[in-house]
Amino acid sequence: MSDIKPILEVRNLRVEFPTRRGLLVALDDVSFSIAPGEVLGVVGESGAGKSMTGAAIIGLLEPPGRIAGGQILLEGRRIDNLPYQDLRRIRGREIGAIFQDPLTTLNPLYTVGAQLIETMVTHLPLNPAQARAKAIEWLELVGIPAAAQRIDSYPHEFSGGMRQRVVIALALCAEPKLIVADEPTTALDVSIQAQVIALLKRLAREKGTAMMLVTHDMGVIAETADRVAVMYAGRIVEIGAVRNVVKHAAHPYSSGLMGSIPPVSRRLDRMQQIDGAMPRLSAIPKGCPYNPRCPKVFDRCMVERPELMPAEGNLAACWLYADGAPAAEAKHHG
Amino acid sequence: MFAFIVSRVLQALPVMLTVALLSFAMFAYVGDPVAIMLGQDYTEAQRTQLISDLGLDQPFFVQFFKFVVNAAQGEFGLSYRLSRPVADLIAERAPATLELALCAAALALAIGVPMGVYTGLYRNSWLSRFFLTFSLIGVSLPTFLIGILLILTFSVWLGWLPSFGRGDTIRWGWWSTGLATWSGLKALILPAITLGLFQLTLIMRLVRAEMLEVLRTDYIKFARARGLTNRAVHFGHALKNTLVPVITITGLQLGAIIAFAIVTETVFQWPGMGLLFIQSVGAADIPVMSAYLLLIALMFVTINLIVDLLYYAVDPRLRIGGGKGGH
Ligand SMILES: Nc1ncnc2c1ncn2[C@@H]1O[C@H](COP(=O)(O)OP(=O)(O)OP(=O)(O)O)[C@@H](O)[C@H]1O
Ligand code: SF4
Ligand SMILES: [Mg+2]
Repeated sequence: MSDIKPILEVRNLRVEFPTRRGLLVALDDVSFSIAPGEVLGVVGESGAGKSMTGAAIIGLLEPPGRIAGGQILLEGRRIDNLPYQDLRRIRGREIGAIFQDPLTTLNPLYTVGAQLIETMVTHLPLNPAQARAKAIEWLELVGIPAAAQRIDSYPHEFSGGMRQRVVIALALCAEPKLIVADEPTTALDVSIQAQVIALLKRLAREKGTAMMLVTHDMGVIAETADRVAVMYAGRIVEIGAVRNVVKHAAHPYSSGLMGSIPPVSRRLDRMQQIDGAMPRLSAIPKGCPYNPRCPKVFDRCMVERPELMPAEGNLAACWLYADGAPAAEAKHHG
Repeated sequence: MFAFIVSRVLQALPVMLTVALLSFAMFAYVGDPVAIMLGQDYTEAQRTQLISDLGLDQPFFVQFFKFVVNAAQGEFGLSYRLSRPVADLIAERAPATLELALCAAALALAIGVPMGVYTGLYRNSWLSRFFLTFSLIGVSLPTFLIGILLILTFSVWLGWLPSFGRGDTIRWGWWSTGLATWSGLKALILPAITLGLFQLTLIMRLVRAEMLEVLRTDYIKFARARGLTNRAVHFGHALKNTLVPVITITGLQLGAIIAFAIVTETVFQWPGMGLLFIQSVGAADIPVMSAYLLLIALMFVTINLIVDLLYYAVDPRLRIGGGKGGH
């Protein structure tokens, strides 16, 4: 993979929230890259920092949150330090975003056509008539029946699943190279989640779009993603090829997560199988942040924080894989 | 659409009838119209004559029915104080009040909305803080005090603007306007500011609060994520979503402006309906008072109808609901 130039590269990203009760570090030392056309799945418990990572990439962290360190590169060009106006031209045009709840992401006062046309005219050299024709094409492409008539409908006239299709069209209509999809199906009816994911996957493949796909659904990850990153308390604790992470999760947290996948792909909101809860940002323990919950914790875990290191063919932030770790029986085998 | 209007008008009828009942009750039972109209010297025959002329010997509901029929035709009898038809008095005074109220409302909107948008977008700038402090003054100072301060400054000290009256007016049919003459315009400035200042600050604070609310929504975040320009996001997407509450409040406030023009009209001796009302209260001129009451109620009802129609125009979600309701 090293010979392909990545679309997105995130290096040692650190995001901080200055609050009245001190500085909260929401993301710490997050690094990963996404190759052209690749789908990177991102999983982890609620509050792990998945959405925060997506927001940092599209440059829409909510104040007072800010990028305090590291770099974000789009096709080798730094975008984390761009002025707002330059970043605006990248959003929508080069990085598309899909949010969780299609019922709230569309402006209720404009027709879906108006919102599509507005987006395309902003980024592409189209006049309104051409943009309208393209908008109809896009609606057809995402599977809206009778697109030519529905283009003048308002969001509330569509079902949730149809609205998410419109959102997908909006995210893709300026043909970005990267899509950041933050739980694109969590808010949808279970019966249509698979359809929407299949649509997203097909379009990304056809257009050669890379994707960062945040989800709670390990089944979706297994089916859709090429690689997966597991996040915990604002850090990536394991990253690797999907098959390998699912079959041979190296980090005790990810193996707990994988252990909690039911045999048939089902959506998980909380990974109940792992005892305890993720620490709050203001109370991340010293050493390995997972140590209060880790069944394999040993003395080194309490003092030093592990970096990502090769483990079982993946990269994992766990002292079990460092030289001189306790016996090999500690290691996990699926 | 038509069905929608008809249903709203039907809903308004009970309100109007209730107000009519109140003003009729006032007309019939507060004070003694017969005694007031007869004055000091009268014979018993004159008294009975007048009672039957006024229909006061008839049953309550017959009287009320007649009152409503007359009122619907703009017929409110004679003013006790001026011995002229109440309808004529009101028609003479209404243009002054309406011009004053509409100018005050236009001023409040034209300045309040941009100030609200600005303070919502740049909530930490020093100008926003200044506007907010200023708006606190606008909300907390009583209207008459603002009027008097303005008169002191611009009429007494600087001598730029007149302190009372309406200036020269020009007649267009039965309507007399002060908007077409220089002195009329000059006379309008201070009363319009006095009357509009409270509404201006109210609208500004409302627009600001709504903007802050809307700017947090997902669709604004998504609009930004689509790379739309700030202008499109702020004015196309955000501002438009603040309009529904702004229309409601502005509508209600327009009613309030007309109703509470009384204070401003008194301070500036503005020859409108409010001043007429105050003078009528002083003289226990019941017919004028009850007509005024009814007229104000009618204005509130009409404004509400207009507000509903504007909703209809702004928010497509209501259009569907209204369409279904109206068949
Ligand atoms: N404005 C803020 N101030 C302080 N902390 C914040 C703020 N917004 C988010 N956080 C914290 O940042 C962390 C990461 O949140 P994030 O939304 O990225 O989680 P997530 O992994 O997307 O979770 P979920 O699965 O629930 O969407 C959380 O612990 C959250 O409490
Ligand atoms: S470093 Fe220690 S505590 Fe952390 S996951 Fe590995 S074994 Fe568990
Ligand atoms: Mg999230």
